[in-house]
Order: sequence, then C-alpha cells, then structure tokens
Amino acid sequence: MDEQRRRSIVRGALAIAGAAALYEGVSYSGLFAPVLLPNIQTVGRTLYGMLADGTMFEHAGATLFRVLLGFALATSVGVPLGILMVRFKPVENFFLPLVSALMPIPSFSLVPLFMLWFGIGNTTTVLVVLYGATFPILFNTWSGVRAVNPLWLRAAGSMGADERKLFWKVILPGALPFIITGMRQGFLRAWIAVVGAEMIAASDWGLGWVIFDAEQFLQADVMIASIVVIGLIGFVFERLVFGSIERATVQRWGMVRIAKG
Amino acid sequence: MQNAAAIAVQGAPPAAPRAAGERWRLIWRNAFPFLVVGAIWEALAWSGVFPRQLFPRLEDVAQSFVRLTISGILPHHTIDTLIRLLSGFGLAAVVGIAIGVLMGRSRRAEDICLPLVSILAPIPGLAYTPLFLLWFGPGQFSAMLLVAFVSMFPVIYNSWTGVKAVKEIWLRSAQSMGADTARMFRHVILPGAMPYILTGLRLGLAQAWRILVAVEMLAAVPWGLGWLIFGAREFLDTGAMMAGVTVIAVIGLILEKYVFQKLEAYTVVRWGMLGSM
Repeated sequence: MDEQRRRSIVRGALAIAGAAALYEGVSYSGLFAPVLLPNIQTVGRTLYGMLADGTMFEHAGATLFRVLLGFALATSVGVPLGILMVRFKPVENFFLPLVSALMPIPSFSLVPLFMLWFGIGNTTTVLVVLYGATFPILFNTWSGVRAVNPLWLRAAGSMGADERKLFWKVILPGALPFIITGMRQGFLRAWIAVVGAEMIAASDWGLGWVIFDAEQFLQADVMIASIVVIGLIGFVFERLVFGSIERATVQRWGMVRIAKG
Repeated sequence: MQNAAAIAVQGAPPAAPRAAGERWRLIWRNAFPFLVVGAIWEALAWSGVFPRQLFPRLEDVAQSFVRLTISGILPHHTIDTLIRLLSGFGLAAVVGIAIGVLMGRSRRAEDICLPLVSILAPIPGLAYTPLFLLWFGPGQFSAMLLVAFVSMFPVIYNSWTGVKAVKEIWLRSAQSMGADTARMFRHVILPGAMPYILTGLRLGLAQAWRILVAVEMLAAVPWGLGWLIFGAREFLDTGAMMAGVTVIAVIGLILEKYVFQKLEAYTVVRWGMLGSM
C-alpha cells in the first residue's frame, strides 16, 4: 500500500512536470507569438511583481469582499427561508413556484439589467453573487429539513422535547449536512459568478476585471497569473474551509457522500 | 413542529390530483405567487418611481417579446444558443466520460490525470474566457470550446467516482463466472457506474447552461440569447432584455424539469436517498 502510494505521488509529480515541460516547449518553439503564450518564467515574474507591489492583493481583496458579502447575504436569506418553507406550508406554497422559476436563470443573464439599474461597481457584483448563491443554499436547506428522519422527531417528541428543543437539538443538526453541502455549492457558484460579473460590470479592482482588462492589452502573462490566484483562492475555500467543515460533520456522521457540483 | 414531521413522513405533497377541482386549485396555487409578484412589479412600474426605460411595464415586455418573436429574431437567438449548448456539452460528455472511466479503471491513468484535473477544475471556467478569446479568436469556436471545457470537469469527476464505487464483490463474482474484460465492462462496470455518470452529466449540463450566457456576452458571437441581452443594454431596450431573460428562464426551467429531474429520478430518488419532489 505504501509502495503504491509513493508510486502515485511520483506519477502525479511526473504528470505535472510533463505538462509544464510540454507548455514550455510549445512556448519556446515560436509557433505562437510569445505575447499570447508566455513561458512559465514570465508568468512567475509577473505574478511576483504584482504580489510585490501589492496590486494583486488589492484585486484579490476586492473580489473576496464582494464574494463574501454576497455569500453571507445569500446564507442569511437562504437558510431561514428554507427552514420556514418546511415549517409553514403557506410559505412553501408561495415560494416554491417562484424559486423553481428563478433558479434556472443563470445569474449572468441579469448582469446587464443590474448594470442599468445599479450602475457599475460593487452593488451589481454583490447582487449577482447573492442571486447565484442563494438558490443552492435555499434548496438544500429545504431538502435537508425535509429529510430529517421522522423517527428522530417522534423519539424526541415522546421524550418530551418542546418545539424549541426539537428545532435546536434534532432538526437543525439533522439538516446540517445538507445545509453545508448547499453552502459549498453556493460558494462555488458565488465564486464563478463574481469573476463573471467583474468581467462584464467592469469596476476598477477585482480579479475578473484584471483578466478582462489584460485581454485588451494582450498581456497573457497577467491573465494567467490572475487565473492562478483565482484558482488558488477557490481551492483554499473549496478544499480547506468547506472540505474540513464537511469532514467534521457529514463524513463523521457517516452520511452518504453527496455528488459534488 | 408537527407540520415538519407530517411533511417529512409524507415525503412529498399529494401527487396527481384526480378531481378536476383539485387540479384547478393546484394550478391556482402555482400561479398565485407569480400574480402577486407581477402585480407588485406593475405597481412599481406605474408609480413612476423609476424611469420607464429602466423599469418597463409588463405590457412593454410582452410587446417586445411578441415583436421579436414574430420578426424571427428571438427564435434565431434561441436556436443559436441551444446549438452552442448541445455541441459544447456533447463534446464534454464524450471526452469527460472517456477520461473518467479510464481514470477509474487504470491506476496509471488515475495517477497521471488526477493532479491535472484537480488543479484545473476549481478555477471558474469564466476566468479562462479572455485567454481562450486571445488564443482561438472571438466567436463560435471559442464559445463552444469554453462550454465544453467548463462542463467537462463534473462529468470526469463523477464518472471516475462511479467506476470506483462499483462494488468489489460484483466484479469478483462476474469474474468467477468467467466474464472477460469486454463483458465485464459492458455488463457490470458501466451499469454500476451509470447513476454517478448520469449525475455528472446533469451537473455538467447545468454548469454549461450557466456559463454559456456569460460566454455569449464576452465572446462577441453574432447570435445568442446572452448577446441579445448584452446588446439590448446599449440601446436601453429593457423590454428586449426582459424578453431575453424570460426565454432563458423558460429554457432553464425545461432543462430542470424535463432533463435534470428525470435524470435524478433515475438515480438518487430511485435508490431512496431523497424523497421525490
């Protein structure tokens, strides 16, 4: 097993090195203009330069601010509404058709409209993030509360738990794996939405805007450097933040692994 | 919490009403929220708080919708978008399933592909858009390639997981009954992995649909619903924008109701992992 694992790591490293070498080879071959296909050293130097003079931090900070604000708003709308929808049938009857109709609209299709209404800048991007992230959170909360084992509810009820206790001790923990999955999917969507919104509703700062702006000046190295940063931040949130929350809850409780989006 | 318990036990609202009266009540119940929202919208639009160009009345939207449909502009945009969606997603499905199954079956392929996939997958597909536009030029080809690239990862990931999730005991019993590699693949591995692959396709198609609209705005394609909305902004034609968003919503709803949920009914719900809706 250990031997096998070691071989996996070696092969993986070889694959990455091979892909990098291939890229370098094509880049040096001169088949494509170096502006379009910069070699890895150039990208590294650009990335270092942007980190050193602090511009990259400002871009990343602006993007993170928008995505976290939008995501926090989405959570504070989605989770309570999802719980209310299960708890009160009229709420469900009212919101479920609306949610089903609004959910399939990609958040980007609203960007031009939001730009007209709210102008270029933070309001538009945050709203787009909010729109993209709310529905997975809402929907998963709703399924999660519905999926709480009725046996647990009856058991807790027969042991004399009142409504408040039932909610905090049984329903909320029971639905939590779904809620976390919803938040994870929501964040993934929020992260995609913020990049797209920044490209279209161009403001002065933001990782999406940098990439789009760099296209105008044929700065492929800046574009690739920003893509690397976007990927790294996404990876950190996806794997480290949500991954560890999920490990601490869903996996520890032995719930079924839910397919990832 | 009686209510929640009751719903959880039922698992679903009562299905298929028999009486005609109940049917009308169901339709009314589904239509009611839209009427309320529509009424609020109309009230706001008529109140004159916002200029009419920015906040069109529903009649304006309906008018643009009819005008664009009759002149054939809206259908043309729609068909172009659908062709782009299907060609891009088709490419992603073929390549994604092939890579995913290969990764699940061969340890070597897994070791080689997994690091690359895990590096590329978490980057939002839209971030690649300007790069693709630089490399492949604006237009149809870039848009299709981007859609394919973005929707490929869920397909790869789920096919891979699915093949790995095929029960060891099925493989061994098939083997001991003398199945060769081809039969084993065709009769054991593929059916065993199918639910996961279907989930992957569903997620991939949803992703493709979400990205496509944005790609059409950025990639300067001559036709397409994303482009329609983006182009209409220049002329402050909010009626046309809303009409475009409506078509997008309807297509999304059809995909959701008739494609994704059907796929899900075949997989997750059938196994009783989640009550049907």
